[in-house]
Amino acid sequence: MKSLSSASPREAAANLAILALLILGPWAALSAGHPFYVTLATKAAILALAATGLHLALGLGGLVSFGHAAFFGLGGYAAGILAAHAGSGEALILGWAGSREILTMILAAMGLALLAALPIGAISLRTSGVYFLMITLAFAQMIYYFALSWPAYGGDDGLSFRRGIFPGLNSARPLPYFWICLGALLIGLALFQILRASRFGTALEATRQNPQRVEALGIEPFGLRLTAFALSAMMVGAAGALFANLNRFASPSMLSWQMSGELIVLILLGGRGRLLGPTAGAVLFVAMEHVLGGWTERWQFFLGLAVLGVAVFARGGLLGLIAGGRRDG
Amino acid sequence: MADPALEIRDLRKSFGALRATDGVTLDLRPGEIHALIGPNGAGKSTLIAQIAGGLRPDSGSVRLFGRDVTALGAPARARMGLARSFQISSLAGEFSALRNVMLAVQARAGTSFRFLRPTRGDRRLTEPAMAALARVGLADRAEVPAALLSHGERRRLELALALAMEPRLFLLDEPMAGLGAEGSRELTGFLSELRREAPILLVEHDMDAVFALADRISVLEAGRVIASGSPAEIRADAGARRAYLGDSS
Repeated sequence: MKSLSSASPREAAANLAILALLILGPWAALSAGHPFYVTLATKAAILALAATGLHLALGLGGLVSFGHAAFFGLGGYAAGILAAHAGSGEALILGWAGSREILTMILAAMGLALLAALPIGAISLRTSGVYFLMITLAFAQMIYYFALSWPAYGGDDGLSFRRGIFPGLNSARPLPYFWICLGALLIGLALFQILRASRFGTALEATRQNPQRVEALGIEPFGLRLTAFALSAMMVGAAGALFANLNRFASPSMLSWQMSGELIVLILLGGRGRLLGPTAGAVLFVAMEHVLGGWTERWQFFLGLAVLGVAVFARGGLLGLIAGGRRDG
Repeated sequence: MADPALEIRDLRKSFGALRATDGVTLDLRPGEIHALIGPNGAGKSTLIAQIAGGLRPDSGSVRLFGRDVTALGAPARARMGLARSFQISSLAGEFSALRNVMLAVQARAGTSFRFLRPTRGDRRLTEPAMAALARVGLADRAEVPAALLSHGERRRLELALALAMEPRLFLLDEPMAGLGAEGSRELTGFLSELRREAPILLVEHDMDAVFALADRISVLEAGRVIASGSPAEIRADAGARRAYLGDSS
């Protein structure tokens, strides 16, 4: 069953190194008296979760959505709105005055992302390729401008709130909050791997490779794709809730098309089709933002160069470069 | 005699001024191999696409096992028991041969919306898949990605996918293409046995194979069936000889 195994030994070693960096890095930084690095690592973990979510649609299903910021931002606003109502005591819905529980916020974020993803996916998935990309972008932009112009929750100022609470951990402090986000990432990665190995994942990956063959076998690609799109949106929504909690702020920029592009870049940078590709991309992205951003405001120029380099020289991304060889089937 | 497995009535399909299918009527009876021959451009591929469900006819009807399926898409027809092979191998290239066939097994079982249990080592998938691979002689190539198989091996993997669907009707589009004399002979023997499991509509250019296998032959030219009958009748038909058999006498 070698061809079905998910990782070569070198890729497994690279995976281990990435996770070790992510887990031990913040702990070491804090011991050395640099709590700021904990926040950086938290951001990397959250972006990794969001990119892993997009990877479900883009990597397994071949659905290049340019509108996943919609679900990231909706997740962020779900968290912010629940927290704002919990703060003011004003009823949100059916006499319920929101919640300060991070877990509740995540559930609400996933629910809201699902509600948005079903109609968006059902319409967008009637197209493919560039048209799919443009129509998902259009939906995300609609939600973006709606958030900008809706004054009840801050409009273009965004929505500030106090970070939510978590059972048994003081989530207001950097390190415990990092553990929460890292835990969420590990759960997301496990779900990705389980889905990929399942019958659903097999059929979904087959629709990416050859939809004609899948149809000839008696499977409708549409249902598989819509399911993947919705699951993907829910994971990205959960990441959005964590991101807003990290910043104590739900901002319209979370909904912007730049955010959608960033998520795609994370996947391409790290290595599409590999379990930890999006995570590697997120770690690299946050590191570049911090190091290069310290030298120049125009650090994204170098990000552009990196993406260009990956596109021309290393189609498998960072992990492809390290692990080498074909990605698994 | 039982209902025909496939019944096409007065099927028509035009692309602009080109009448690719111009009133085709034919059927496929249980237990038989019905070969469809004709020169390039005769409209065989268009007809196959309308039978499989990838292309809607302008008029006419397609019935599978007595049921009108003209309005149904390819997946629905596949679920009714129609298994097709493609003229150019159509596989999931990144998947191993085994995983391709396992996909066909899970499609047959209708279990593609199971999210938790890994397929790897799932014997309800691997055992029927390995059995299908063994029947086409690919058991020792099970772990090779489909994209890395040789041309002949990919043709056989197409057949294994069709077998794994446990179909009630085979629609085989030039299964001999590019196989060479030895491969064609092997496959001829195999298809001859296969007709006992389900009837076969065979589109094929290899005339030795067609005349060895077919119970009936229909000759397609310019979108029309110009002759239809037993191999002996087709050999004797002047129109069929002109159109396809390359006989100028």
